[in-house]
Amino acid sequence: MATNREKLLRVEDLVLHFRTTVGTVQAVDGINFDLDYNRAVVILGESGCGKSSLAKAILRLLPRNVGAYSGKVYLGGSDVMALSDEEFRQNVRWVGISMVPQAAMNSLNPVIRVGDQVAEPAIIHMGVKKDEALKLARQMFEHVGVPDDFLVRYPFELSGGMRQRAAIAMALVTAPNLIILDEPTSALDLLTQANIFNVLKRIKKELGTSFILITHDISTSSELADEVAVMYAGQIVETGEAKDFFPAPLHPYAQMLMASVPRLRSDQDPEFITGQPPSLINLPPSCRFAPRCPKRHDKCEQDPPIIEKDGRKVKCWLYA
Amino acid sequence: MIGGARRRTFIVELDFMSQKVSAQEKPRQDLMVVKNLVKYFPVRAGLLQRVVAWVQAVDDVSFTIRQGETLGLVGESGCGKTTIGRAILRLIEPTSGQIIFNGTDVATLRGKELKAMRRDMQIIFQDPYASLDPRMPIGESVMEGLNVHRVGTPAERFEIMIETLKKVGLEDYHARRYPHEFSGGQRQRIGIARALALRPKFIVCDEPVSALDVSIQSQVLNILKDLQQEFGLTYLFIAHNMSVVEHISDRVAVMYLGKMVELASREDLYRSPLHPYTRALMSAIPIPDPTLKRERIILKGDVPSPLNPPKGCRFHPRCPVAIDRCSQEEPPFREVQPDHLAACWLLE
Repeated sequence: MATNREKLLRVEDLVLHFRTTVGTVQAVDGINFDLDYNRAVVILGESGCGKSSLAKAILRLLPRNVGAYSGKVYLGGSDVMALSDEEFRQNVRWVGISMVPQAAMNSLNPVIRVGDQVAEPAIIHMGVKKDEALKLARQMFEHVGVPDDFLVRYPFELSGGMRQRAAIAMALVTAPNLIILDEPTSALDLLTQANIFNVLKRIKKELGTSFILITHDISTSSELADEVAVMYAGQIVETGEAKDFFPAPLHPYAQMLMASVPRLRSDQDPEFITGQPPSLINLPPSCRFAPRCPKRHDKCEQDPPIIEKDGRKVKCWLYA
Repeated sequence: MIGGARRRTFIVELDFMSQKVSAQEKPRQDLMVVKNLVKYFPVRAGLLQRVVAWVQAVDDVSFTIRQGETLGLVGESGCGKTTIGRAILRLIEPTSGQIIFNGTDVATLRGKELKAMRRDMQIIFQDPYASLDPRMPIGESVMEGLNVHRVGTPAERFEIMIETLKKVGLEDYHARRYPHEFSGGQRQRIGIARALALRPKFIVCDEPVSALDVSIQSQVLNILKDLQQEFGLTYLFIAHNMSVVEHISDRVAVMYLGKMVELASREDLYRSPLHPYTRALMSAIPIPDPTLKRERIILKGDVPSPLNPPKGCRFHPRCPVAIDRCSQEEPPFREVQPDHLAACWLLE
């Protein structure tokens, strides 16, 4: 297992391309980041920037039209990319990393009791007996704040918020060190969102779980995040501590994204980013944000390197 | 009666697109007065599809919308926001109540008169990906309303369509293109152009930006604001994002389970909310600042079903400050401070 010095997750040069009839979609294109135990990183970006593909690449949940898939993913120090598909399924999925997919509340099986569904990963991946697994499920329901008489109910009897909690309970039941949450609250109402985030914060404190939170909801994500990674067109353009990032993002894209968030009790009009994100097919060799960037200059014709500045990383020539 | 005369006046008015309607200086009058609006949806079941229950989507709601203002309407999903928006346009038939628009009760209009009224009241839909006909060039889509109302000659309609596209920041060559060729933000602007083509007085904006990325939301909001200035439009702006509503509204109404619980000017509502539900909503608004520590009001449980809403105040089972009276009697929706309405026994 992990030594003290080893990070929980280290992703190096992760690439995931898809083949389509019109060309190669470079959904994840050379991603590097790491995450320590009991930390939460939020991956921010607009729709279509490759956020969800990154989650799938980490968990090796690949569709059939995969083109390139390469890079290294270290979980607790061991390279999980070297594992065979079966080893990966047995040793990594659910046990090491679990995932709450997008619209998880609608991904529960409608004809199986909620409790049985939540217990299932424990039965399959931890080899426990069914009543043992149901006991675990009951504990997890407590953690996420679902009354335990809901164990024997069917998904349609639960509200959206409760189903989302059940999906989170399912991700917790195998006690993984890392949970990937793909847009966990986007379909939920404001008050339910706040409740779910309180649940996640409590889980992080009580169980020491780490989170990768994938979202476009900047305001809500700041509740949980310790670190931030901003994605644009398949690449990470900025990473840093949440406390540094939110008040003063460095990358022009991140700055404009933050400026477009409407804020309460502010007389300032939110801004918007002109143009639209590039198609992930046939990306130019220049900086991918350059066509929309107000601060572009000659150097932006070349792909910018990742530049370290006060412990933060930013992929922009302005800081070179 | 209306057809011919209206058509002629419209041609005279064709020029008005270039004129700016000056912002209302005089005290704002009520453009729309909604009195005791009720909409129940029947729930049918069984072999004979008998009505077994009623969903009380909107239950006895009264409010006014003033000339030239934006009234924000917020609340959780299923609280009846969209039902109100559609009922006041008569897109769904209200069960009972009055909807007085410009002095006429829309709720009882029929036939030609209703059709004429519809020219003045338009709607922008939530999902720009689903609300445009994928097989119709967007110019046709924008012209559809003009054709239905037989505005001017075909050439004039075309002219108005091009003009309207330009108003929302699109170009004339876009008219021949199909919806799939546009981005989400552009599609929503086409949706706005559709609503604007007839030069209405009043537009219901039903979650117009919630399907858009945050980076382009404010672009659409700015267009809505500019058009309001230019054409003296009145908006009912339905949304669940409290920050967006604060940004665009003059007054804001809060709904809970088919009832309006609070209605006040934007400043009053956001600075000093009175109803316990509004307070809980306000405390849940996310702020992108991780260093900020706030006290949150956490409500227990979920919104009850509108099939069988709680007795008394509908919010009382989740209310952190409920008293005995709340479970017995329904609090009236009344003015508790000047221009600040709320329905709560604690404010009596």
